[in-house]
Amino acid sequence: MSSLITRRALVKTAALGTGALLAGCDRVAELPAARKILFSGEKLNMGLQRALSNRHSLAPEYRVDQMSPFFRTNGTSNPGTPEYAAMVADRFASWRLKVGGLVTRPLAISHAQLMAMPARTQITRHDCVEGWSAIGKWHGPMLGSVLKAAGVKDSVRYIVFTCGDLYSGANYYESIDLIDAFHPQTILAWGMNDQLLDVGHGAPVRLRLERQLGYKHAKYVMAIDAVASLTGIGLGKGGYWEDNVDYDWYAGI
Amino acid sequence: MTDATRSPDIPPPGTATPIYRHRLTTRIWHWVSAITIFIMIGSGLTILNAHPHLYWGQFGANADHAWLHTVRAPSWLTIPAGYNLAIARRWHLLFALVLGFGLLFYMVSSLLNRHFQRDFRIRARELTPAHLWYDAKEHAALRFHDPKQPNARNIFQKLAYVLTIFVLLPAMILSGLALSPGMDAAWPWLLDLMGGRASARSVHFIAMVGVVLFIIVHLALVILAGAWPETRSMITGWWRIPGHDKREDAA
Ligand code: HEM
Repeated sequence: MSSLITRRALVKTAALGTGALLAGCDRVAELPAARKILFSGEKLNMGLQRALSNRHSLAPEYRVDQMSPFFRTNGTSNPGTPEYAAMVADRFASWRLKVGGLVTRPLAISHAQLMAMPARTQITRHDCVEGWSAIGKWHGPMLGSVLKAAGVKDSVRYIVFTCGDLYSGANYYESIDLIDAFHPQTILAWGMNDQLLDVGHGAPVRLRLERQLGYKHAKYVMAIDAVASLTGIGLGKGGYWEDNVDYDWYAGI
Repeated sequence: MTDATRSPDIPPPGTATPIYRHRLTTRIWHWVSAITIFIMIGSGLTILNAHPHLYWGQFGANADHAWLHTVRAPSWLTIPAGYNLAIARRWHLLFALVLGFGLLFYMVSSLLNRHFQRDFRIRARELTPAHLWYDAKEHAALRFHDPKQPNARNIFQKLAYVLTIFVLLPAMILSGLALSPGMDAAWPWLLDLMGGRASARSVHFIAMVGVVLFIIVHLALVILAGAWPETRSMITGWWRIPGHDKREDAA
């Protein structure tokens, strides 16, 4: 009999223990010190991934017959502002991509100039943080060529993108470091699946950052700034989702 | 346990000498992993809730054919309880490192101290239908230990542990790595191994179900074999043959 009681007690303890563990995780995540440990995974994973790859390791590229038949949109599917509507109406003729910040030659690149630059075509996989993925064909100049044309200064550590779509009333923004900015597959895509990039996917230009998740691939890019630090950009964590809902800045996983 | 199962080779009640059954490295790995697995499953279910559809192949999104639409994991199973993808990912991706490096540590140490070779080696003799049938009958009668070699693992136990340690957990880790766009660039063979990212996500889910089934059977057998003596052996390392020391059973 006694062993039966022990058994029942153990099952009960195990069930309670599991519940307490799951609930305990939520409590722990609120403690500042524990939160710091929890959030340290980002730096660890980034360090490990950077150590295991080299700065030029390429994301896999696919064949035409491997492309998604339908590439869904996500996030903003139309910025819907009067300014953006006007840009669409004149087919981005008066749109200028402003490249500034800590650069020696600030630029204002027109849609036609951007399309005249030597471009890369890549069929790559887009991985959303939510778990879906889609394969599409992207076309546009390397971000690195644009940055070289502008001449980033030595003090620059990050590249910040300011977008035409609004989140909580302010422009969406994202940032990447120079390793990713000068990666050969990091392009400013103005073409998708052999057509001009459409509104749903970020016209006139979106970033492709093939070794990271979708929310880093800024759409509706209006301005690119070279900065020495992320302090003062939004709340300082480098992006809208990073600042507002604790997403990782390094989204390589 | 009744006296009928007692073999004459075994010392009378109260005098059974404890056996050193689990080394320190095994014990540390076991409890760290047990906690880690619960965190991984809880946070993994939150991540699954973000897109509860599974596909095969290189890609998969809403318009594509899903082979499985999972039911929404209830909040009492998920970490955090309320849906928060960002925090779930923080838990999952930090503890993934504990799981991965922990398994590596356990594998290396168990090869060096010959725990794997000694305790998990499956002999051809044990896989004969006659032996399997004999062991199955012993299981059904709740006799898990060969009285003559009480420290030896029986064949089903070995198969379950070997499957978990060498198949399920590595599949879990490799398919998880294949989900990372950064790792796919670093190690492109991950995608070849899995048959694409959408397939890796399906493999990840199936391996998780396998681990859950293992845990259910594992806990049931630990309880049937003598919950406290077994658990204590995994804490202190020392195990007394259950059923041969009444004082232990009553503890
Ligand atoms: C809190 C729940 C758990 C309890 C109470 C528990 C208990 C035990 C006990 C008592 C043993 C020793 C059995 C023997 O003497 O052979 C054992 C071994 C083992 N358990 Fe668990 N366990 C738990 C969770 C897990 C989980 C989640 C996993 C991994 C998926 C796991 C994997 C293993 C493995 C692989 C062994 C064999 C280790 C070796 O001998 O090297 N256990 N467990």
